Amino acid sequence: MPHLTINGNPIDVPEGTTILRAAEKLGITIPTLCDHPDLTPYGGCRLCLVEVKGSRNLSASCALAATEGMEVTTESAQLTEARRGILELLLFAYHDSGYADGQKETTQFMRWVRHYGLDPVKQQSANPYHPVNSDSNPVVWVDMNKCILCNRCIRACAEVQGRFVWELAERGFNSHIMAGAGAGMLPGRCESCGACVAYCPTGALDNKPSIGAGLPDKLVTTTCSYCGVGCQFDLNIKDGKIIRVTSNPNAPVNGMHLCVKGRYGYDYVHHPERLTRPKVRRYLLEGKAKSEIREERGEMGDTKTNHLSSHPPVSALWDWVETDWETALTITADKLRETRDHYGPDSIGILTSAKCTNEENYLMNKLARQVIRTNNIDHCARL
Amino acid sequence: MDDVAAKAQALFVIGSNTTEQHPVFGAMLRQAVIQRGAKLIVADPRRIDLTEFATLHLRQRPGTDIALLNGLMYLILENGWEDKAFIAERCEGYEEFLETVKQYPPEKVSEITGIPVAKLQQAAEIMGTVKPMAVMWAMGITQHIVGVRNVMTLANLQMLTGNMGKPGGGVNPLRGQNNVQGACDMGGLPNVYTAYQPVINEEVRKKFAAAWGVSEAPRLVDDNHTIHGLADKVGLTVTEMMPGLLDGRTHALYILAEDPIMSDPDTKHIRHCLEAADFIVLQEIFPTETSHYADVLLPGVTFAEKDGTFTNTERRVQLVRQAIPPLGEARQDWEIIAEIAWRILGADAASVEHGPWAGWDYHSPSDILTEINALTPSYAGINYERLERGERLQWPVPNAEHPGTPILHTKGFARGKGKFMPIDHIPPAERPDDDYPFVMSTGRVLYHWHGGEMTRRAESLMSLYGQALVEVNPSDAEKLHLVAESFVRVESRRGVIEAKAWVTERVPPGMVYANFHFPAASANELTQAALDPVSKIPEYKVTAVKVELV
Repeated sequence: MPHLTINGNPIDVPEGTTILRAAEKLGITIPTLCDHPDLTPYGGCRLCLVEVKGSRNLSASCALAATEGMEVTTESAQLTEARRGILELLLFAYHDSGYADGQKETTQFMRWVRHYGLDPVKQQSANPYHPVNSDSNPVVWVDMNKCILCNRCIRACAEVQGRFVWELAERGFNSHIMAGAGAGMLPGRCESCGACVAYCPTGALDNKPSIGAGLPDKLVTTTCSYCGVGCQFDLNIKDGKIIRVTSNPNAPVNGMHLCVKGRYGYDYVHHPERLTRPKVRRYLLEGKAKSEIREERGEMGDTKTNHLSSHPPVSALWDWVETDWETALTITADKLRETRDHYGPDSIGILTSAKCTNEENYLMNKLARQVIRTNNIDHCARL
Repeated sequence: MDDVAAKAQALFVIGSNTTEQHPVFGAMLRQAVIQRGAKLIVADPRRIDLTEFATLHLRQRPGTDIALLNGLMYLILENGWEDKAFIAERCEGYEEFLETVKQYPPEKVSEITGIPVAKLQQAAEIMGTVKPMAVMWAMGITQHIVGVRNVMTLANLQMLTGNMGKPGGGVNPLRGQNNVQGACDMGGLPNVYTAYQPVINEEVRKKFAAAWGVSEAPRLVDDNHTIHGLADKVGLTVTEMMPGLLDGRTHALYILAEDPIMSDPDTKHIRHCLEAADFIVLQEIFPTETSHYADVLLPGVTFAEKDGTFTNTERRVQLVRQAIPPLGEARQDWEIIAEIAWRILGADAASVEHGPWAGWDYHSPSDILTEINALTPSYAGINYERLERGERLQWPVPNAEHPGTPILHTKGFARGKGKFMPIDHIPPAERPDDDYPFVMSTGRVLYHWHGGEMTRRAESLMSLYGQALVEVNPSDAEKLHLVAESFVRVESRRGVIEAKAWVTERVPPGMVYANFHFPAASANELTQAALDPVSKIPEYKVTAVKVELV
């Protein structure tokens, strides 16, 4: 356990801990762009420079392991000057074409640019060198004009998703990140999980469906509605709509990671086909019996042919009619009670739902057992 | 899951397409291989993506899992790799089990499963010598007529190798739906109340009768019908309720957020069943395939509009937080259920007496969780305050101070000793023949979800995977004269679908794979309701079909 001091604060850290991580433990922020605690240290952006007593050069703290007796300084005039110089160079090769990405004010890169007193509009590259939206992936927006070669996307794809879509191509000034050996993301076997977007500090990779959506009014941390892994994330809400899903690093199961459904499969919530008013069949409002429809047309659904031609029945008594809640609930309760009283409690089946909450499932269990008096309750765990 | 990802030295994935069905956990498994060098064995008839990272891919014929596992245990025993101390201290039923396993020498197993003997030996060596080994399985194990026997055989393997109750070991079923674990925990099953308290146990019934104010005295409700206290017989499963609509056992259904037309086997039969119902109330967010047969549609809300808790596959109870108000006049699902309950009770006032939890007067999901705490031992200590504080709780959490239980069976099994079960291979219910020469297996794909009600309405997912694809092996494709963009007609004894073919080595010759995400070509038109006798789970993974070019 090496013992060291950072800005005069003593700390013991496990062997192999980097200065950047040790500083975090002390609550000291060292600026960085290429580093992320989930990813292997890269030492590429050099923004995390620190002074180490006894060393003539400034050192990248993300790649520097703590050793016994080290005395580290993270803020000084020399460091500020060096960091500003690095950011100036990065900005010189960065171009924001001005489209509303909705997140640019908040990217990590822009925060440090402003923090060090640089003007992103005046100091950025005058011209774009790449086309914006250069990949056909429907969920990942690629704008290489904003890439600072921090390499996080490459590491995220390899070390989090395990898919190896991104790589660094060419050398020197021509060096750039590339997907699928130049063929693009989907041909490069991308699974569209968006990890590269989540780890990108500049907006060079962004959520394509959310371009132009603006900044959220609030973030709400919740649990995914798809599989049983139980990932959590932040719903970004603006004007009562979900405009984006972003990773929440504190999510117990998944951390920053999500899959394509969790990150990009949320727009069903606002789909125009959502049911927003109760509906009942006309025969129920007219006091008719279901048997009258059966007599009229023989059967309810279309069972003679397969799915390819299945359509709702033709009788007007079988039409949907939108109603108020009171009507729909009263009809439902009356029908269930009449069925129970006439045919017995076990004539009713309750299908509860693996999509719904524990609280809702508990109530379905109580309704079946206490109210209906049947154990005929199940859900699609078997299916 | 984190203990498996971080500590398992060997990973045995059988009947789980983890990177597509549980993608974030699948990614953790890949990383365990890439970063830690964990040995991964995948047993699956299909060349699923995870096989790229596998030390070994055992490509067993569909429906031969028991023979495969018994054969592996035969070899483990033959080499003396079994954990003798664990077996002696923690288990029973060993002798009888040995007699059964002895019937599965590698040559015989190779013949049944189609896996070369050498591969069986390599797999047995890893399983017998690399510890801890975690077993992961999903519906590829359970959706067989021998689903329960498959699960027991996996438990045998993990007891034999001493991998039970250990970090990085164990049997790890991956639950398919966000809250399927919770729905089971909350008594959404015909045989148990919450926390698996059996309905046939008189003490348990007394407890719930007292809590819910249910009198045991019979009560006349109709001219000649009486209703008794809490039902004392095990109820019907979904796979029994449906045919019950035809034979007169079932007359009405209350369906909450499920789509049996898409998710149940043998769609044509399900249509017949639903059509025969006297009354169906469906509480949903969209008009679904099932709503054609419903009499009343009640608009509930999505996860983004509600508060509550979900329980994940590792029994972790987590908060769902309301982010937006309900759309239109849609209402909270818990409110709708309560409204229906008190209306039935209201017109039936005498039916419920005084009891601490008899009423339906809830003001929030938190009120409901308080009632759950009181009646559900494993959830007794889980409340919103703790969850909001960021406490990470995996049940059982027997009281408000308890930190939760990440790993079960660390010191003993629920029944005391772990019981080895002697289990023999039984072939699938329907096997290929001259008329239906292909085996079809079914499941989901990465980009879609179950019956597809949500994901077919998500634009991004549709642009990534916009129509049903049927996987066909290239050698079969050649025989069937398939070309690029060809459509195939897949027909079973129960139905027919037409879908675009995806010619791929993912499936072996003689096998096709179809999904049930798209109503126009749902695999469940073809599947049959051949059920496991205990779990009543249908055999989705083996259907005999014929395939031809459209």
